[in-house]
Amino acid sequence: MKNILPVLTVILALLVVWYASAFQLNKQWALDMAARQDRTMTTPQLIADTWAQDKPKLPAPHQIVVELWNTVALKKVTSKRSLVYHAWVTLSATLAGFGLGTVLGISLAVGIVYSRVMDRSVMPWVIASQTIPILAIAPMIIVVLNAVGVSGLLPKALISMYLSFFPIVVGMVKGLRSPSRMELDQMRTWNASGAQEFARLRLPASMPYLFASLKIAMAASLVGAIVGELPTGAVAGLGARLLAGSYYGQTIQIWSALFMAAAVAAAAVGLIGLIQRATLKRMGLDR
Amino acid sequence: MIPERKPEIAHRTVIEASKLNLTFQTGDGPVHALKDVDLKVEKGDFVSFIGPSGCGKTTFLRVMADLEQPTSGAILVNGVLPEVARKNRAYGYVFQAAGLYPWRTIGGNIRLPLEIMGYDRAAQAKKVAEVLELVDLAGFEKKYPWQLSGGMQQRASIARALAFEAQILLMDEPFGALDEIVRDHLNEQLLALWARTQKTICFVTHSIPEAVYLSTRIVVMSPRPGRITDVIESTLPRERPLGIRDSPEFLAIAHRVRDGLRAGHAYD
Repeated sequence: MKNILPVLTVILALLVVWYASAFQLNKQWALDMAARQDRTMTTPQLIADTWAQDKPKLPAPHQIVVELWNTVALKKVTSKRSLVYHAWVTLSATLAGFGLGTVLGISLAVGIVYSRVMDRSVMPWVIASQTIPILAIAPMIIVVLNAVGVSGLLPKALISMYLSFFPIVVGMVKGLRSPSRMELDQMRTWNASGAQEFARLRLPASMPYLFASLKIAMAASLVGAIVGELPTGAVAGLGARLLAGSYYGQTIQIWSALFMAAAVAAAAVGLIGLIQRATLKRMGLDR
Repeated sequence: MIPERKPEIAHRTVIEASKLNLTFQTGDGPVHALKDVDLKVEKGDFVSFIGPSGCGKTTFLRVMADLEQPTSGAILVNGVLPEVARKNRAYGYVFQAAGLYPWRTIGGNIRLPLEIMGYDRAAQAKKVAEVLELVDLAGFEKKYPWQLSGGMQQRASIARALAFEAQILLMDEPFGALDEIVRDHLNEQLLALWARTQKTICFVTHSIPEAVYLSTRIVVMSPRPGRITDVIESTLPRERPLGIRDSPEFLAIAHRVRDGLRAGHAYD
C-alpha cells in the first residue's frame, strides 16, 4: 500500500494534465464546428465534445483504452485489425534483430578485447555507425535488400540489429576487461590457457555488464523494427499502424499503437530482468 | 587422476638469484626496481622480504613467479628458469588481496587452479577438503566469499595456493590489509602450516614484527635503487609461541632489521 500510493498519485496527476491538454487542444475544432452549424455550446457540452471526437488532435485516455480494448480483446489475433497481430509482426522482427545483434555484439567485443588490431580498427567504426541517423539509412537497407530479393522479416531484423549490437559491444568490452591485473596475473601463475582464462574469468566477470546491455539493446531493437516498418509502406506491424494512422489522421490509432509498443518493450525488458536475476542468483552475485 | 608433473630434481637451493637487475622504463626516465640482487633461498626456508614501498621486494617476488622479466642477471627457481618453473606449477602465489571469484563458492575457488591443471573430479574434491582443513576452514566449502570475513578470505586464498601441491609458496603482503588482531592469529597459523607442510616460503611484508616472528631469514631491502642491504639469519627456534615476541632475542633481531632499514636510508 505504501508503494502504491505514490504511483497512483503520479498517474492521477498525469491523467489530470492529459485531460486538460486534450480539452485545450481539441477545443478549437469543436468551436469551429459549432460556429459552422450555427450552434452554441454550453461549457459541459464543449468539454464532453473535446473528449469524444473521432479525430482529435490529442485523444483522451479513455478513448485510447477503448481503442486498445476493441483491437486487442475483441478481434481475433489472426485478424489484420487486431493490434496483437501487428504487435507480433513487430516483435518477431525485434527478437530476430535482437538475437543477431547480441551475437554480433559479443563476437565484436571478444575480437576487440583479444586483438589489438581490432581494438584500433573496429571500435571507431562501431561508434561511427551509431552517429548515422537510423531514419536515413533504414529505407536504403530495405530498398537494397529488396533489390536482391530479400524482403519481409529479415530487412527489419537487420535494422534492429544495427541499433542493438552497439550497447552489447560497449558493455561486453567493458565487462570482458573488468578482471583486474591481479586476477589476470593469478591465471598466469596457474599457467592457464587463453581459453581457460576466457571461460573461467573474463566471461563470468562480464555477466552483470552483459545484462545491463541486453536491456538497452532490447529497447533499441524494438525502435529499430518500428523504424524499419515506417519507410517501406509495410502493411503489418506497429510501425505500419503508426504510418496508416498518420495518413488518415487516426490519432487514436496512433496512440494505441504507441501504447502497445511501450507495453511490448516493457514486457521484453522485464523478461530479460527476470533472466538476469535468475542467472546472477545462480552465480551467487545477487545478494 | 592428478596430472603428471615433471619430476622435481631434489634441489637444495630453491631460489638462486645472481646480479639480478630490473629497470622499468617510465615517462620520468628509468626506475631501478632491482639492482645487483644476489640471494639464495634453501629448501624449507621461510624468507621474509622487508623494506619500504619502492624497494623492489614485490618486484623480486614477481620475477621469481615469472610475472616480470629481469633486465639482466640470472635467476633460477628449483634449478630452472622462472618460466619453466611456472609452467611446471612449481609455486603457489598469494596476492595482497584474496582475489577470490565472487561467483564461485570457497570450494569452487580452491578448485579453480585444479580444474585448470586437469585434476579429475575425485582428486579435486579430495584436495579441496584437505587444504580447507589445513587452513582451518572445513565446513565453509559451500559459502560464497562475501559471507566470510577478510581474514577467512585470505586463508581461503592461501588454501587455493596450496591445493596443487607446489613446493614453493610466494606470498605478497598477504595480511597487509588485515587488522593486527587477525594478523597475529594468521601469522601463528601460517607458522603451523609451514611446519606441517615443509614448504619453502618467500614472504613480502612491511611489518618488522611480522618478518621477525615468521622468518628463518630476513632480507632487508632499500629503495632507489631497489637493493638488498642486509640478510639476517634468525636465531629464534622453529617452534614460536606468540609470546616469543617479548623475548630479548626477538627484540635484538627486530633492532637489527631496523638498523638495516636505516642504513639503506629507508626512512628518508
